[in-house]
Amino acid sequence: MNERTLTLALMDPPYESANSTTAFRIIHAALQQGINVNVFAYEGAVCLSLKDQAPHANPVKGTSIDEEEHPTTKAFVSSLLAMGVDKPRLTWVNCGLCVEERGAANAVDGVRRGSPADFFKMVGESTNTLVIPTK
Amino acid sequence: MTQYVLIESRDPFESRDTDFVEQTAITIKERGHRVTVFLLQNGVFAARRSTARLQRLTDTGIVLLADDFSLRERGIKAAELAHGVQESGINTLVDTITQPDTKAIWH
Repeated sequence: MNERTLTLALMDPPYESANSTTAFRIIHAALQQGINVNVFAYEGAVCLSLKDQAPHANPVKGTSIDEEEHPTTKAFVSSLLAMGVDKPRLTWVNCGLCVEERGAANAVDGVRRGSPADFFKMVGESTNTLVIPTK
Repeated sequence: MTQYVLIESRDPFESRDTDFVEQTAITIKERGHRVTVFLLQNGVFAARRSTARLQRLTDTGIVLLADDFSLRERGIKAAELAHGVQESGINTLVDTITQPDTKAIWH
């Protein structure tokens, strides 16, 4: 089969919805199958890759940061970008206006700023596009 | 013939508009297209035999798949699935929606 590319539009902010976990699973599965992936992060989803996220201890359970091993979405994004460096390739674009509104410009390495015009281009170049909207 | 993949993420007992997916799937199937409904997240609550919610889809010949990860998270075992619902996984979903002439719709 010819090279396949899947584009995803994400909108949910981190730590709010199971949609984010499912999106990460879809991206991971696609990369494992050799499928290129484009992500256009819109609205709150631009914070998925926010570098300022920090894991925390859990005072209720009395666990330290290390013991808690709190997963951050920025770590998931970085891991997926590491998987998709070349072939297959993961391209992650954050909507610039959404970034400005949220003060979320400090993204992990590999994420670039863009606009809905990038999403339009991604859709045109993809085998298929899946839009995962907020509920 | 186009393949339609309708992804249902919503709990039928929380969201009345899950009926929309059922009606849409049946209408598309009746127009001669291949239709798969992929249940994930809280959408897998509809896959339990005890809810008896998916009979119309099965009767129409629509392929019904339920995400294994979502089933495990919610303690739903394969033996509890309604007739016609197959346990599946995210790899199958990804492979299916990246085939030519396939439309994927998330709900």
